[in-house]
Amino acid sequence: MNHPCACQTTLPSTPPPAELAAILERFPSQKREYLIPILQVTQEKFKFLSRDAMIHIAQHVGVPVSKVYGVATFYNQFKLNPPGKHTIQVCRGTACHVRGSDQLLRSFESELGVAPGQTTKDGLFTLDIVACLGSCSIAPVVTVDGTFHGRLENKDAGKLVAEIRKGEGQ
Amino acid sequence: MTATAVTAPVSQVLRGPATIADLLSGRPMDEAAKLLQAEQDGRTIVYVGLGTCGLASGGMDIWNKLEELNRSGRIAVTLKKTGCIGYCQHEVMVDVKKPGRPRVSFGSVTLPRLEKIVSSYLEKDELPRDLVLGISESYPSGPDFEIPGDWAGVPRFKDLPYFKKQLRIVLGNCGTLDPDSLDEYLARGGYRALAKALRMPRKQVVAEVTASGLRGRGGGGFPTGKKWEFAFSQDNPQKYIVMNADEGDPGAFMDRSVLEGDPHRIIEGMAIGGYAIGATRGYIYVRAEYPLAIEKLNRAIAHCREVGLLGKDILGSGVEFDLTLKMGAGAFVCGEETALIASIEGKRGMPKPRPPFPAVSGLFGKPTVINNVETFANVPDILWRGASWFAGIGTGRSKGTKVFALTGKVKLSGLIEVPMGITLREIIFDVGGGILNDGTFKAAQIGGPSGGCLPTSLLETAIDYDSLISAGAMMGSGGLVVMDDKTCMVDVARFFINFTRSESCGKCIPCREGIARLQEMLDKIVQAPESEKGNMTLERFKAVIDLRHTCETIRDTAACGLGQTAPNPILSTLRYFKDEYEAHIYDRHCPAGKCKSLLTFRVQPEACKGCGLCKKKCPNGAIVGELKHSHYIVKDKCVRCGVCQEVCPFKAITVS
Ligand SMILES: Cc1cc2nc3c(=O)[nH]c(=O)nc-3n(C[C@H](O)[C@H](O)[C@H](O)COP(=O)(O)O)c2cc1C
Ligand code: FES
Repeated sequence: MNHPCACQTTLPSTPPPAELAAILERFPSQKREYLIPILQVTQEKFKFLSRDAMIHIAQHVGVPVSKVYGVATFYNQFKLNPPGKHTIQVCRGTACHVRGSDQLLRSFESELGVAPGQTTKDGLFTLDIVACLGSCSIAPVVTVDGTFHGRLENKDAGKLVAEIRKGEGQ
Repeated sequence: MTATAVTAPVSQVLRGPATIADLLSGRPMDEAAKLLQAEQDGRTIVYVGLGTCGLASGGMDIWNKLEELNRSGRIAVTLKKTGCIGYCQHEVMVDVKKPGRPRVSFGSVTLPRLEKIVSSYLEKDELPRDLVLGISESYPSGPDFEIPGDWAGVPRFKDLPYFKKQLRIVLGNCGTLDPDSLDEYLARGGYRALAKALRMPRKQVVAEVTASGLRGRGGGGFPTGKKWEFAFSQDNPQKYIVMNADEGDPGAFMDRSVLEGDPHRIIEGMAIGGYAIGATRGYIYVRAEYPLAIEKLNRAIAHCREVGLLGKDILGSGVEFDLTLKMGAGAFVCGEETALIASIEGKRGMPKPRPPFPAVSGLFGKPTVINNVETFANVPDILWRGASWFAGIGTGRSKGTKVFALTGKVKLSGLIEVPMGITLREIIFDVGGGILNDGTFKAAQIGGPSGGCLPTSLLETAIDYDSLISAGAMMGSGGLVVMDDKTCMVDVARFFINFTRSESCGKCIPCREGIARLQEMLDKIVQAPESEKGNMTLERFKAVIDLRHTCETIRDTAACGLGQTAPNPILSTLRYFKDEYEAHIYDRHCPAGKCKSLLTFRVQPEACKGCGLCKKKCPNGAIVGELKHSHYIVKDKCVRCGVCQEVCPFKAITVS
């Protein structure tokens, strides 16, 4: 039911919500070149790409919704589900791997009980992996909501998560 | 101009649109240099390295603290942000330039250390020797200077082992210049090369680049001049020039540092390239994961437009050239040039067969030149100093320098630029200072997911395009990951295959299916013996027979560079570390102790005090035992996570 594919959908006749309309207005319509930038700005605003947003974007760009869905699923950057309140990104680049990021990732997985790309049931955490954050000299590296943490050991996973949980009053 | 009238002008020396004659006269350079000099007169300047690695190490805290100290009146200094000088091991780096003193660098600055710098050096002129990295005045180039008498023994940057064997062209300004300041770039002779090029016929600019012997730094090493020639000779009113800043190699950050630390250099390089081939429009395709680089580029482009370095009539020459920034969306394959074009056009980033080559039919079907960031960064110096200067650096068929991101198990990881032809040993042991914790060198991985692992016997390999290819690796974009004896080569091959598998675009069968098969084979090789059922043992041995053959088939039949080079990590480790594969396959043993599934965890009864901690922490209930009595690990249940070993206060758990 929640499947974001829009193959069965009749396109909405309602105009896009004001916030999305404001984004679309900034880009010339009927130009495929702007599809990815529009998706990027939309995701930045709403944190993910909803099915409705993709339909409106398709109309603006003038391509079938299936093409928009194709692009959105091709690129790692785009998320089709709302992320958790906090995002933990574990670097899985080569330098971090050589310094043990595989074990670190496993620690986060068992600490949070989710696999990379998933969000915890309470909606508090999304676990993500990323290839090289460009800070290989302090490998292994993890970012929590964009803040870097370097030279981590396996046991730091638990500490980081506990710290955030504490901040959330849990 | 009205909107910006309230803020400071982008340049104090280029009042109004810049012109060719003015730039060539050297006036802007001299005046900008004088302005910088004047800034230093009677005033202390503090530079904080705020590239991504500096920020990651807490650079912003240092910056904020300095601002606070300035506000409180305890110090009165000019604060400046710089990019990354590449000495990343020592981030956060703070440089101080006092009047009458050479510029000096402090490393690994934390708030308490900053306090010491402020109280001893800024307030009392006593140099805290233990925090000093070296004197960074006039590094990497510039006149020599005298070390003050009371500073005897403080090294100059260029004499430090890390910098001594480096030769900086591309990174020449990184870490010493304020990337947000056009004037600082002008003070170093910026945009003179563009002015010079605009006075030359287009064909001659192309010829100059050809004569320099510059080859593409994005991986393949295709001669840049030749690529430009193809595009130049196309008769088409609309052409494009594209900069590939997708930097997909997971473990490399050369391009990022140049974009962050010296954005004007690559803008100048692109403008020269655009003029040479006759393109009026350039695209910069940069990874979205590099927000700081995007910010710096956007600002630099805006500054250039304002003074006529970009736009309808650059430098009053009548030539049009402007830049558009495109953000990548996280797909490794988009580094491949035809996929990159598809991505700019708003499509899925899938490669297309070549020919037609982009130089004939590229972006929007028009002739297009695509070059790497580092390639463009070399262009201004080639034009200004001449092709023969550049051709004098490096080896027979590989000219100039190469930037590497030196990482992994090396003492000093960071960003280095070395002349072509330097040996691997010099890079790792002289520049990098040797292996972390004085461990034993095992291999160096060069070229990322498309490259290979070079063993100890190849340490004397001279680094250039051709010798790396014949050693089974490739230059790639410049990732150089050092591995010690605790690194398992089968695991490294598996790591890269996992990566290429998830990044394969799925268009051609050899890549989509073949790499998945490779991954299955490698997974079987490292599989725990107990979890084998049915004919899995047979399957495992099949892997032994099929591995090489499958690699070769993919290499020979995949549609694009991603698939064709994906087997390299396996092929090169098979070539140099066959014994490790054999140990995994026949002895079910991982010599490096990395492949957990082949390990056996045991409790040493003599050492175990029966505290029960391991039993409590074991995620699979594999540990049995009574309190105060020695515990025991049930082999079939053990998932080899290693938690027990980590938590045991008595070090009673051993692995074999
Ligand atoms: C899978 C794949 C990934 C690539 N990634 C990059 C990259 O991240 N950056 C880059 O500059 N070139 C990359 N390339 C090489 C480009 O296709 C192209 O050859 C290069 O940008 C040309 O520039 P150059 O001649 O200046 O090296 C990649 C190639 C392949 C096959
Ligand atoms: S590999 Fe993790 S930051 Fe580069």
